Amino acid sequence: MPGEAIATHKSADSQDRKAEHNPLEAAGAMNEWAGFSPGRWRQTIDVRDFIQQNVTLYDGDEGFLVGPSERTKAVWEKLQPFFKEEIRKGVLDVDVKTPSSMTAHKPGYIDRDNELIVGLQTDAPFRRAIMPYGGLRMVESGLKAAGFDPDPVVHDIFTKYRKTHNEGVFDAYTPEIMACRRNSIITGLPDAYGRGRIIGDYRRVALYGTDKLLAAKRAERALLDAKWPTDDVIREREELAEQVRALTDLATMAKGYGCDINRPAADAREAVQWTYFGYLGAIKEANGAAMSIGRVSSFLDIYIERDLNSGTLDESGAQELIDQFVQKLRIVRFLRTPDYDALFSGDPYWATECVGGVDLTGRPLVTRTSFRMLHTLTNLGPAPEPNITVLWSKQLPDGFKRYCIKVSAETSSIQYENDDLMRPYWGDDYGIACCVSAMRIGSQMQFFGARVNLAKCLLYAINGGRDEVSGDQVGPSTPPVTGDILVYDDVMAKFDTMMEWLAQTYVHAMNCIHYMHDKYYYERLEMALHDQQILRTMAFGIAGLSVVADSLSAIKHTKVKPIRRDDGMVVSYEIAGDYPQYGNNDDRVDSIAADLVSAFMKKIRKHPTYRNAVHTQSVLTITSNVVYGRSTGDTPDGRKAGEPFAPGANPMHGRDNHGWLASCLSVAKLPYADAQDGISYTVSVTPSFNRQDQGEKITQAVKVLDTYCGQGGFHMNLNVLNRDTLIDAMEHPDKYPQLTIRVSGYAVNFVRLTREQQMDVISRTFHGE
Amino acid sequence: MADEPWAHNRYDLQQARSPDAPETAEFNDPRGDFGWIHSYETGSTLDGPGIRVVVFTSGCLLRCLYCHNPDTWHLKDGTRVSLERAKTALQAYAVPLRAMDGGLTISGGEPLVQLHFTKRLFAAAKEMGLHTALDTSGFLGARADDEYLRHVDLVLLDIKSWDPETYRRTVGQDIRPTIQFAERLAAIGKPVWVRFVLVPGLTDDPANVEGIARFVAPMRNVEWVEVLPFHQMGTFKWKAMGLNYELSDTSPPSPDLVARVIGQFREAGCRTR
Repeated sequence: MPGEAIATHKSADSQDRKAEHNPLEAAGAMNEWAGFSPGRWRQTIDVRDFIQQNVTLYDGDEGFLVGPSERTKAVWEKLQPFFKEEIRKGVLDVDVKTPSSMTAHKPGYIDRDNELIVGLQTDAPFRRAIMPYGGLRMVESGLKAAGFDPDPVVHDIFTKYRKTHNEGVFDAYTPEIMACRRNSIITGLPDAYGRGRIIGDYRRVALYGTDKLLAAKRAERALLDAKWPTDDVIREREELAEQVRALTDLATMAKGYGCDINRPAADAREAVQWTYFGYLGAIKEANGAAMSIGRVSSFLDIYIERDLNSGTLDESGAQELIDQFVQKLRIVRFLRTPDYDALFSGDPYWATECVGGVDLTGRPLVTRTSFRMLHTLTNLGPAPEPNITVLWSKQLPDGFKRYCIKVSAETSSIQYENDDLMRPYWGDDYGIACCVSAMRIGSQMQFFGARVNLAKCLLYAINGGRDEVSGDQVGPSTPPVTGDILVYDDVMAKFDTMMEWLAQTYVHAMNCIHYMHDKYYYERLEMALHDQQILRTMAFGIAGLSVVADSLSAIKHTKVKPIRRDDGMVVSYEIAGDYPQYGNNDDRVDSIAADLVSAFMKKIRKHPTYRNAVHTQSVLTITSNVVYGRSTGDTPDGRKAGEPFAPGANPMHGRDNHGWLASCLSVAKLPYADAQDGISYTVSVTPSFNRQDQGEKITQAVKVLDTYCGQGGFHMNLNVLNRDTLIDAMEHPDKYPQLTIRVSGYAVNFVRLTREQQMDVISRTFHGE
Repeated sequence: MADEPWAHNRYDLQQARSPDAPETAEFNDPRGDFGWIHSYETGSTLDGPGIRVVVFTSGCLLRCLYCHNPDTWHLKDGTRVSLERAKTALQAYAVPLRAMDGGLTISGGEPLVQLHFTKRLFAAAKEMGLHTALDTSGFLGARADDEYLRHVDLVLLDIKSWDPETYRRTVGQDIRPTIQFAERLAAIGKPVWVRFVLVPGLTDDPANVEGIARFVAPMRNVEWVEVLPFHQMGTFKWKAMGLNYELSDTSPPSPDLVARVIGQFREAGCRTR
């Protein structure tokens, strides 16, 4: 029976399969691996094992770090005019004629004599590519917004001959989903743009070279050929064929730059270069919402250590490699639309790189290159990308913890995520896709699903499924709330019903999207850098958590009077007196917030997913909290129509009025078990003019992070900033070209935010004022 | 009673109400089952060692010209809170505060106005394993008996001037109770951080600074002398409350002036920051 064959296959350990053929041993010489400790990584694709066998822990301080090399400075100098021009102009250049692929553009350079690490998305820096497979309309509206004319030939091809992901999704959507989308209750879905949130294991390119990777893929294919061709098997065969083609194209792309990546990288420079080629191939083909790099620093450190020990590299050379790698990661550019920018502002691409973390035996995975990665923020100045994420564990070496805090205080460019919380779920070789989404690198991917507007869902419950802004009947027609005062039990019962409907509609939409994305815009290279058998998650999300928690608290703990329009629609609320507000470590409301997370997750889990993906959920908004707020009417917490929501899991602006500790502890109560796609919390502290010396402050900050994580806190986006600096930067953007701030899971260049978003950031709570 | 420093005040200061508080039976709480709390703040790094929860009680007898919490002068400025509720709220922070080597600081207002309430809250904090700090002007120091101080690990003692006239002009009261309290704390070896607010043109006279420095220097219980530069961040409250703010034209001290004053303290042998 074919079903049994699949079951057997799924339970088979990948190592056993490969051991039979040993395709890696067969595919070429092992000179490049000389000096590395052996392990199963030599027999099977297993980068984690390579790291385990070879990584060198560094538990000292940052004293060994050096400044940028002359070559690094020369390349950086060449890029500065582009950065400046971009702040004024936005999109600088687009190749409108050439749909992007790994081999579509000629090799491009910034400064050939000084570039150690080469490779651009197109043939010139800051020239963006078009990627119409996601959706032609997205490309064309992006071009028009940037002042470019769409190419008629491309238009013809993608209207007459080739269908796009976007068209596929809309063929499968129901009228109900369309109404949800139109009324901004389900929003930001990747139905017209690339879903992203997939991390190729780019390290595999360096460690194995494409020949060995192809050999492994062919071995996987042989197993698939032996299976009965159900829909699933046929799809997997086609995908594997695409993956094989992708690896071949990647090698061709690299050859254009004079590099032979068919074989493994032989030294540190090649390891950085090969890894970057893997990433470059991905960003040439996929305009994903988030294109993380993964967890490469400590992997690359193994090559750097080998070269340092053999005397072929010195510290300056090591830092130079990392600096130049990061320069490339800072100039990734995608063509996007104004709608997209409103959701995710500041041209982000989330080249998220994880540093730190601890392995399953309790050994920290901190290396000198973890430090070197952080040090790029000093050598090249602060920047939002790559989105450097510290996997924080109580067991990290003190020297590293202290250095992280120091860099945070100076640059506001890094975020912290709780490794002790994630490790039991995702092991010790996971990366972060986008902001807060953990996944095992190379063996797990997610179907990204943006988020639903939970605050609007509450208003639908009050208004019997009608949208408070458009007046449309969007949700099911249920009895609206009657009476002069909102009654908690009544509202909760109605809200529960409405959440039930929303969860179902949401899963429905997601299944359509990802079916079509796999079909029309499959990420062939990123998936080629995965195992064949992977864990898929489907990542749902909620926005407006603090608005809803506070609204329910107000209804429960004080009197909330609905104000009705002539047609009966509740459009506003009068609140009599104070009520406990989320963000003050007050269980009376914090428990409402925590219960909401669990309740919605439970409803989501009821509905089967495309490819049996595991349901997960995030409490994350990125910068879309502004857009969600704009499209949502008055809420029972006292928030007025149009006012922004708080970002991510943050308390509403100005309501967390008992200091950062209270605020942190409220957020830490949200259950990660029901929000495995991450819980985003941004905290801004003003640099204190206090009387302790720097060392003491750092000691204290380390304790704060240890304690926050110990209390179950998942994420901290840490800004050390004065409000006055931000206000000045709004008025004089040219004075602050590199001013970086963290907003809900990623960092942005402040002067590239829209004015509305700048105002939103400034209105947020600054602790310590 | 007559030789007590506050005996000449208009009100019965055994209750230690602020001078202009209205008479209310509710304020009479000899057991400390209830307190009047203006607000609390979590996460302070300034008010004692480690990370602190700072409770601001209402009611104060001083009228410091630079007061940045004029909205805490009267008991009625606070919210009436039961001791039990205050303890429950504090308990929610006990684990993280212990982990961050921090604790509870009671500030104000003047915590010693609500003698029984603050004593019992301190005692509760000690039971939770927290470090405790009393932030006081010392004017009511005599009210804090040894039993009270047993629950206090650290006293943040404001010595707002040395010259008696300057002191009176700055805070509107006599300096002697504060001096006596400082001496008593020294005698029992209670750890103290002395705080001095540096206001240009008011407290910056070298002789005034010198006096405090010489007084404090021999006290081995004084762990720190902290020089707090005057700032205008409380001004808006005075304006909002319609009060006459005399220091609106005073600038924060220059870095040079701060350095001079810190230098004076250090010269005298005080560990100063």
